[in-house]
Amino acid sequence: MSTQSTPPKAVSGPLNFLDDRLGSTTFFRRNMKKVFPDHWSFMLGEIALYSFVILLLTGTFLTLWFQPSMHEVVYEGSYTKLRGVVMSEAYASTLHISFDVRGGLLMRQIHHWAAILFMCAIAAHMLRVFFTGAYRKPRELNWLIGIGLFTLGMVEGLFGYSLPDDLLSGTGLRITQGVAEAIPVVGTYIYMFLFGGEFPHGTHGEIIPRLFTLHVLLIPGVILALITAHMMIMWHQKHTQMPGPGRTNDNVVGYPFYPVFMAKTGAYFLFTFGVIALLATFAQINPIWMYGPYDPGAISAGSQPDWYMGVLEGSLRIMPNWETTAFGHTISWNVLIPALVPLGLVFGGAALWPFLEQWITGDKRHHHLVERPRNAPVRTGVGMAAITFYGLLWLAGANDVIAERFHVSLFATTWFFRFAIFIGPVLAFVVTKRICLGLQRKDAAVMHHGVEAGIIMMSPEGGFSEKHEPPTEEERAVILSKENKSPALRTADDNGIPAPGAKGPLGHLRGRLHRYWTFDDIPVEEHDHEEHAEVDEGARKELTH
Amino acid sequence: MSDNTGSNEPMESGDAVRKEQSPKRKVGTPAQGGRLLATDESEPAPQGAGAKLDEAAAKRAERVVAALFLLAALASVGFIAAYVWSGTQGPDGMHGIDDARASNYALGACMTVAMLAMAVGVTIWVRRLMTSKQIVQQRGELPSGEATRAEFEAAFMEGAEDSGITKRPLLRRTLLLAAAPLGLAPLVLLRDLGPLPEKRLRHTFWGEAVKQAKAQGKQGVRLVVDGTNRPLRVSDFATPGSMITVVPEGIDKSPHAMNEIAKAVTILINVPAEKFKPVKGRENWHVNGIVAYSKICTHVGCPAALYEQTTHHILCPCHQSTFDATDGAKVIFGPAARPLPQLPLSVDNEGYLIATGDFPEPVGPSFWERG
Ligand code: HEM
Ligand code: FES
Repeated sequence: MSTQSTPPKAVSGPLNFLDDRLGSTTFFRRNMKKVFPDHWSFMLGEIALYSFVILLLTGTFLTLWFQPSMHEVVYEGSYTKLRGVVMSEAYASTLHISFDVRGGLLMRQIHHWAAILFMCAIAAHMLRVFFTGAYRKPRELNWLIGIGLFTLGMVEGLFGYSLPDDLLSGTGLRITQGVAEAIPVVGTYIYMFLFGGEFPHGTHGEIIPRLFTLHVLLIPGVILALITAHMMIMWHQKHTQMPGPGRTNDNVVGYPFYPVFMAKTGAYFLFTFGVIALLATFAQINPIWMYGPYDPGAISAGSQPDWYMGVLEGSLRIMPNWETTAFGHTISWNVLIPALVPLGLVFGGAALWPFLEQWITGDKRHHHLVERPRNAPVRTGVGMAAITFYGLLWLAGANDVIAERFHVSLFATTWFFRFAIFIGPVLAFVVTKRICLGLQRKDAAVMHHGVEAGIIMMSPEGGFSEKHEPPTEEERAVILSKENKSPALRTADDNGIPAPGAKGPLGHLRGRLHRYWTFDDIPVEEHDHEEHAEVDEGARKELTH
Repeated sequence: MSDNTGSNEPMESGDAVRKEQSPKRKVGTPAQGGRLLATDESEPAPQGAGAKLDEAAAKRAERVVAALFLLAALASVGFIAAYVWSGTQGPDGMHGIDDARASNYALGACMTVAMLAMAVGVTIWVRRLMTSKQIVQQRGELPSGEATRAEFEAAFMEGAEDSGITKRPLLRRTLLLAAAPLGLAPLVLLRDLGPLPEKRLRHTFWGEAVKQAKAQGKQGVRLVVDGTNRPLRVSDFATPGSMITVVPEGIDKSPHAMNEIAKAVTILINVPAEKFKPVKGRENWHVNGIVAYSKICTHVGCPAALYEQTTHHILCPCHQSTFDATDGAKVIFGPAARPLPQLPLSVDNEGYLIATGDFPEPVGPSFWERG
């Protein structure tokens, strides 16, 4: 492996300079060959990272011309249709960026597409982590950071598309104001303090400059800090890996950071940038010149927010019109519930999940080998239920579009979603769990009598049968990565002292949940004990230790 | 950034490599001549093959990668050229929507090609030309271990005792006391973010304008069309089924015009007289079925801008709250809980539509103090 050649002066010079002052070569030597396991789904987080880098670059470009001001001016720029129209400087400067700054339109569209991709990639990345159980100990902190990033991304995006002060963004702000007002006791204060007075101009046009500062400084700063922490933790804990031959809970198998992963991830950055540039070139996004400047009395029909705000939009749409007035005070359940409950359930639930799962399973071990979704049917079912819940609310945010496309009444779609939001997730859970168990059964069968080879054999008697082949090494390793579950939660430690969590109503609940988590588990076992005893041993480790 | 060293020096694992490369199973009955109909075996990459690259194949791959890199270089030059070209279109640089579009295509296409060509090139390079082997590292334990923890705890307590904070509760408590108000100060600092709500949300410019008009001996304030500021005669608005957005006359001259308009925008609807059911106590608030409702949706405040002539429904496009224009704008569907507030209308001596008072209740979304 070792080559005798020494690096050129251009490399060794700076390296030695740094090393003399920082002792950095120890770190470089140690990490240069850090192993990165390979799987396409491990790249989702990288797309998010690179989208963020692109957002920083293009966003900085935009700040060079964007005027975060609500001061009213008469437009005299080169977009003829709006010449002579009174508009805010924010809107006028966005038109200027689009039509008079070379590359400005491209950068605006890249910025917006990157924002959308950023959120998509985070969501997909989170799903990958959830369904493979990669959030399990020791990685709970990074899971929480991830949820924080998605939430911050939502706010950052909302503030971002509010900046150009066009008709669509003004409508978004108006809804924000209405939601703020609905908060009990302090709602109107929050509204006044946010806008610096009444919607939309406050006292001196406060809202756009404020959103600007939050959008370009505070929130990106926090996001950057969280991403940094995320990466450092990931680097330190090392990546999880998919089960496979030679991969155990105690090792990492893959290609070295330098040169393979470095090159791959570089290519990934270029792919991400290239695809976003492609979208920004050919798929127009947020054509603010078509919406016109904000006018509080106007609205364009069928206006849709960016996708990541769709859930809130959908929840607001399907909520019945409940409101309570008592003792001179009003509580708007019709706004409060949709604004808080669905996202609270999804993100609050997601944040608690790793700890809840640990509590139910009693599994406090470190996990570095991820679990196949089928091998944790309850988790996978809950995940699919959450996707269904989120997805239905998201679709409900476009119920007018659905009604129009499919020629059904708008009210019918609303009623459909009002019921589906409760039934859908339950159905998704049940179906998913069954599919998982079916797949477990199939794995057990494969271990039992091999894989259907697709080869039909004719017996001397003329009967046909399919030949079964033993699973390959790869398949065996993957299938046997399953840890068969034992239904009994250990209620006492090795000395017979009852575990503190096993008593009382809570202990009971825990026992119940644990049974539910495990009772229908289908044991998948090696049937050729002599030869592969070692693997089998690993696959059947005790649940708790 | 620390990393657990020691046990995890990279080691090449011939074992793992061999397993990784174990032949994939072929599916399907073998065809005659021994060739398979379908295999799930993709062409094996040379990755992990060590220095055993097939030199001819490698040369080919190298040429492909080089071609892609050249393409990327050309595209980048093209990008610069497109930028310069974009400036030559109008009399003073890029100009208007067509130039912007053309420029966007040229710049974007070059940028896309540059990025993607490089990306594909690097990917082929990794797949076909890199000779790195798969390696295995041991993870090592993450936790520091009992001994380290115990040592740390001892050191921590020693420090705490040396500092005196454990032995001197007075110090401890007064320090907390000193810090608490400091923590509150930032909150206080935010007080000037905006005015207090007071009664701002309870009235609109209609009230003020009517008061001024009455002070001048008029009966009320004229409704003017939003945008053109044209006052409306009853005869101008005689067609049943029509709808228009109006504001009080003079609102555009008010100190915070935008804020006032955002509260005072009103829809004027001509409901056929025979369909019209006046709300009790508001029998004289309409003029032959011409009624005025706040345009600010009582849900979360979007303009309730759509009017269906046949059903007389007012629809808010944001979340589809639906109000019945013939019946005091009461809610018939959707998340809004309250009817759109109604504006008392009349006609002045010259036949112009006027408002004779403010909305009787706050417009727009509900809030805690609304009652
Ligand atoms: C996660 C990070 C970010 C997200 C999700 C995001 C999202 C958005 C979105 C959706 C818009 C509307 C674009 C449009 O007009 O169509 C926007 C506008 C803008 N963003 Fe960002 N952004 C992010 C980070 C940044 C950063 C770091 C900066 C500056 C350093 C920045 C500067 C701007 C500016 C100046 C605008 C207004 C100009 C315009 O709309 O054309 N953004 N942002
Ligand atoms: S704002 Fe009108 S329905 Fe929501």
